[in-house]
Amino acid sequence: MKDLSLNELKQGLKNKDFSSVELTQYYLNQIKDLNSQINAFITIDEEKSIQQAQQADQLISKNHFSELTGIPIAQKDIFCASSWKTTCGSKMLDNFYAPYDSKVVDLFNKSGAINLGKTNMDEFAMGSSNETSYYGVVKNPWNLDFVPGGSSGGSAAAVTSGMAPAATATDTGGSIRQPASLCNLTGLKPTYGLVSRFGMIAFASSLDQAGPIAKTAEDCALMLNVMADFDERDSTSIKRDKENYTQSLTSSIQGKTIGVPKEFFNNELNQDVKIILEKVMQAYQSLGVNFKEISLPNSQLSVPVYYVIAPAEASSNLSRYDGVKFGYRASNYKDLEEMYLKTREEGFGDEVKRRILVGTYVLSAGYYDAYYLKAQRIRRLIADDFIKAFTQCDLILAPSSPSTAFKIGDKTEDPVAMYMQDMFTISTNLAGLPAISAPAGFINKMPIGFQLIGNYFDEAKILNFTHQYQSISDWHKHLPGGVL
Amino acid sequence: MALTDKDIKKLSHLAKINISSDDEMIVLKKLDGIIKLIDSMQKIDTTDVQPMSHALDIYQTLRDDVVTEMNQKEKFLELAPEFNEDYFIVPRVVDKL
Repeated sequence: MKDLSLNELKQGLKNKDFSSVELTQYYLNQIKDLNSQINAFITIDEEKSIQQAQQADQLISKNHFSELTGIPIAQKDIFCASSWKTTCGSKMLDNFYAPYDSKVVDLFNKSGAINLGKTNMDEFAMGSSNETSYYGVVKNPWNLDFVPGGSSGGSAAAVTSGMAPAATATDTGGSIRQPASLCNLTGLKPTYGLVSRFGMIAFASSLDQAGPIAKTAEDCALMLNVMADFDERDSTSIKRDKENYTQSLTSSIQGKTIGVPKEFFNNELNQDVKIILEKVMQAYQSLGVNFKEISLPNSQLSVPVYYVIAPAEASSNLSRYDGVKFGYRASNYKDLEEMYLKTREEGFGDEVKRRILVGTYVLSAGYYDAYYLKAQRIRRLIADDFIKAFTQCDLILAPSSPSTAFKIGDKTEDPVAMYMQDMFTISTNLAGLPAISAPAGFINKMPIGFQLIGNYFDEAKILNFTHQYQSISDWHKHLPGGVL
Repeated sequence: MALTDKDIKKLSHLAKINISSDDEMIVLKKLDGIIKLIDSMQKIDTTDVQPMSHALDIYQTLRDDVVTEMNQKEKFLELAPEFNEDYFIVPRVVDKL
């Protein structure tokens, strides 16, 4: 069952090869068997999931099918799901049961999908290794001594280990693509504004975007068909006609052009990663795609710019956790001021506190122009580089991550080294562009992905190019058999 | 420009996060590393570049002024660590008469 694609699961349900209850129970059993080793889920609620599956089976018996009727999907614990514990990986929200559904969860419910449980993540999505979660480190199913990437590490580990057929995730600086790369999965960060942020716990609002993590581009397309929808409750949601992302998966890409940014393919790029990416290029050449060198001169500044803008927005967004209206409150304090100070000292982990402090610093009197405004100006230069590049090519090829997964604990003492994990993914968040990471091969038995970046709303093109690659390669079919 | 322990105290106050005296030096060292990273932005000339606050230039959409959701006061109050009738309870902030 764990090798089946979403389309195959749909077909199996239609043919009555298995019921939704059987399918959901299968994945719940997988979670029971594997989660104690991998720690990919924070919350499972068998009763709720099975109840949803029973409702799906009733619809199936009447031949009523929506996009994902009866198929279990894991939800990153950043999405509010009514009456489900929703923690965002933080002690601050350890007692928080969401009073409503996020738009994403609502759309999955309407599509007939089963909520399989809430996946582990870096606290408030701040991290690239899933080591900042209050609920403990997630292990990489390819080697349990290694990190799965982050912040959507729980979603990635759940899918690659066969605990879920697909999962939701979010990406503020690479949090879908980097774990997808490190866990041999396909993960798509859509154009900013394509998927509603309503009920998705905020980290950096001008960068946060939800998307799918799955085994293939085809599965990501099916997931995106559900997730992409205008929502008037999110003021940055884009009003545009719904697209069918599965429609053009098999279109020919012959004669198309992929741009190769010279700044990403320089001498600093890991040689093993470079060799893998060259093989990806050869595969695309065999499909009739041309390559063209392009330049993204300001991309090298994307990490420093991001570490001004994201913490600045986070310091504002996370000011709501004050121990008054919901979430954690410290137990010992003498007055209101001390209640705030202790609640936030005890409720947040080190990385979250660090980013709030950095954000507070760059927004504080005397530094605003030098840091925050400066970063916003360079953000425009970075976005303009992409706009110029897309006059010369259809998509842009880039590494997804600078290396394969690293060992648990290796980078926890050096925040800046951790931040460099996202050096190839951050620029697209700053520009608001869509990008995918898909399996490209293995280095020392650990997987690594390649990244394709598209122009605004070019998700269908990105999925088409990725699907074409996956039709002539089999990296995405490899499963972490030996370890589990 | 290197941070000082005075800066850390000020940030702790502004961000409303208590930092114990034991942790102060560790926090200072790590923040200093991050500030050095972001200082590398200063080498770029950004004269005449308009700041970009948002990925897409979109406008706030307006909707009709009609009720879309029922009042769920009780549901939301129950999430609070402490509440009484219509109020969130916090430590007293005014002196007794």
